[in-house]
Amino acid sequence: MAHADTHAHAHAHADDGHDAHGHAPSGIGRWLFATNHKDIGTMYLVFALTMFFIGGAMAMVIRLELFQPGLQFVDPGFFNSMTTMHALVMIFGGVMPAWVGLANWMIPLQVGAPDMALPRMNNYSFWILPFAFTLLLSSLFLPGGAPAGGWTLYPPLSLQAGDSFGLTIFAIHMMGASSIMGAINVIVTILNMRAPGMTLLKMPLFCWTWLITAYLLIAVMPVLAGAVTMLLTDHYFGTAFFNPAGGGDPVMFQHIFWFFGHPEVYILILPAFGIVSEIIPTFSRKPLFGYESMVYATGSIAFLSFIVWAHHMFTVGMPLAGQLFFMLSTMLIAIPTGVKVFNWTTTLWRGSISFEPPMLFALAFLFLFTIGGFSGLMLAIVPADFQYHDTYFVVAHFHYVLVPGAVFGIMAGVYYWLPKWTGYMYNMKLANWHFWLSTISVNVLFFPMHFLGLAGMPRRIPDYNVQFADWNMVASLGGFAFGLSQIMFVWIVVKSVRGGGVKASARVWDDTVSEGLEWTVPSPAPHHTFDTPPVIK
Amino acid sequence: MNTPGEPPKVTNRSLAGRLFLFAAGSFAFGFALVPLYDVLCSVWEVGNRWTGEKAVAVVEHPQADRLVTVEFMTSVPNNGRWEFRPLVAALQVHPGQLYSAQFHAQNLSGHDTVGQAVPSVAPSVAAQHFRKTECFCFTPQPFRKDEGRDMPVRFIVDRDLPADVDRVTLSYAMFEQPALAAVRQ
Repeated sequence: MAHADTHAHAHAHADDGHDAHGHAPSGIGRWLFATNHKDIGTMYLVFALTMFFIGGAMAMVIRLELFQPGLQFVDPGFFNSMTTMHALVMIFGGVMPAWVGLANWMIPLQVGAPDMALPRMNNYSFWILPFAFTLLLSSLFLPGGAPAGGWTLYPPLSLQAGDSFGLTIFAIHMMGASSIMGAINVIVTILNMRAPGMTLLKMPLFCWTWLITAYLLIAVMPVLAGAVTMLLTDHYFGTAFFNPAGGGDPVMFQHIFWFFGHPEVYILILPAFGIVSEIIPTFSRKPLFGYESMVYATGSIAFLSFIVWAHHMFTVGMPLAGQLFFMLSTMLIAIPTGVKVFNWTTTLWRGSISFEPPMLFALAFLFLFTIGGFSGLMLAIVPADFQYHDTYFVVAHFHYVLVPGAVFGIMAGVYYWLPKWTGYMYNMKLANWHFWLSTISVNVLFFPMHFLGLAGMPRRIPDYNVQFADWNMVASLGGFAFGLSQIMFVWIVVKSVRGGGVKASARVWDDTVSEGLEWTVPSPAPHHTFDTPPVIK
Repeated sequence: MNTPGEPPKVTNRSLAGRLFLFAAGSFAFGFALVPLYDVLCSVWEVGNRWTGEKAVAVVEHPQADRLVTVEFMTSVPNNGRWEFRPLVAALQVHPGQLYSAQFHAQNLSGHDTVGQAVPSVAPSVAAQHFRKTECFCFTPQPFRKDEGRDMPVRFIVDRDLPADVDRVTLSYAMFEQPALAAVRQ
């Protein structure tokens, strides 16, 4: 893959010295009018971390209420608001902005570009987000409460919401506009701004998985925008897209929603595949096994994601041919995903492995994401799904792929690149503690949910039969431990940002394998990098 | 795409423009799924759409030779304070005939509130044959402070009720809905 020529390296250093206007602008204007990809990336990451804690606080309310059977702390309507808002905040406010933040920081550095292709649009796409989430979160204080019909917004239930309805829809429109602009920026940067000699198949895999993710985003986020627009006109303007009395069909919403929704779950996970594909070679001190097959596998997963949506809704009824098609196409996804897991495992094989925090998170990702993948295969089986549908088994499945999957992928990426951003190594001992506490508690939190689901506990209900009491208490204890462990993450990051301690070298991890151009610029990465394109041999 | 030393063939602005068009196309595709769904539903004869059939009035004939016991139960989960009970504990009914029963609820919470009754029918095989034509559980019920009143439910047990079922229990749980109460003020 890419080898930057030593000139580029020297140049980056020289830049540092002579370039007086290379320093960051000061004051609040630096952030309000930011066009620098590193500043915008930082804002995205801080925003995502804030939302991670807001969404996490909602999850704590859910686990608190489910700690024991009966209704103890919140009324059922508020509980429903919490499950709905937790999902919306974590998906659209936590995971997606975190990925865009990492893309902003790393993609220009990895392809040798001076900045993102469309810096002003980059500013716009970030600054929409705080407004979108102010709208969404303010609905908590409206009469009638926040949306409580589930993040999937199924009509007719979602149409019965109070004043929060319009706010929710407009917030989703704004989040969609933000992600579409972010995605277009990534595509243009990768296709147009690569340094000379950086061919597509020399790019680090994080760029590849993000390129494919960006295409998924511009293909399906507008479909969601269309679906929620139809809800909006059904609610306020008397159309009847989803009302049978006017010739509509509520099941049609589910089809349109999941046509967006299934590619969306790959939007949340594909960039994690890219990050893990860079971390595992670095700490195994071996090149990635099967680079090109990783690219093709990612492409296949993205293609398949468009033809499997109805497996989310087998129980609404569909022709036998439809059930068979969606069952088999869903199972097909296991093949390219299996290729990836095989490649990661083979990269580890006979590697000279060391266990720094990014590697620990990547290995936990590999193992725990695969568990989530297996429960996904169980859910793909139509007759089994009839039993599992809307139970805690589904909750266990998607939390395994989203928390030790996507969220651990983000944390692995942060621990991998944090010294590059701040110029200082973080506290390895604390990071190891953060890893082990998170990994143990996340399993205590989500593994028992498999048992609860198989025993028949329904999701989205604040009370439950006493037979489910023991495992719910275990899950809640795991949840509280996981929530508290994340405070360590903030502490570690803040300490590293404030500096002090061991200075990071340009290569940071002292390996000879990682070939991304980000390791050719000094740590911390200067405000402006690659003003003159590096030459890749 | 990008050979060394040459500017990209497509400018950033034009590539971004094309991608915006692509996104606009996706937005239109979302709406195009509506007629597409109609077509597929009619081809496969699935879906819940109105097909132009007219509703037909059905005259129910009571089954005079069969008696089923309908029991009434109430419960008050711990998120509100109510007195809530049926006026009669049980009725003997003929399948196919319309009956009415009264439930009494009183607001003991000490403030104005809104209650929502959630019905449940046991055994579950009987649920689809228990038809409520009017019920206080269909809508949220506002109560002033200390207000108490009787509320009706009108129902028919239909004639298709399995022969081995001779006892049906209709139970209601009364929840307080403070969020709805706030909307109504």
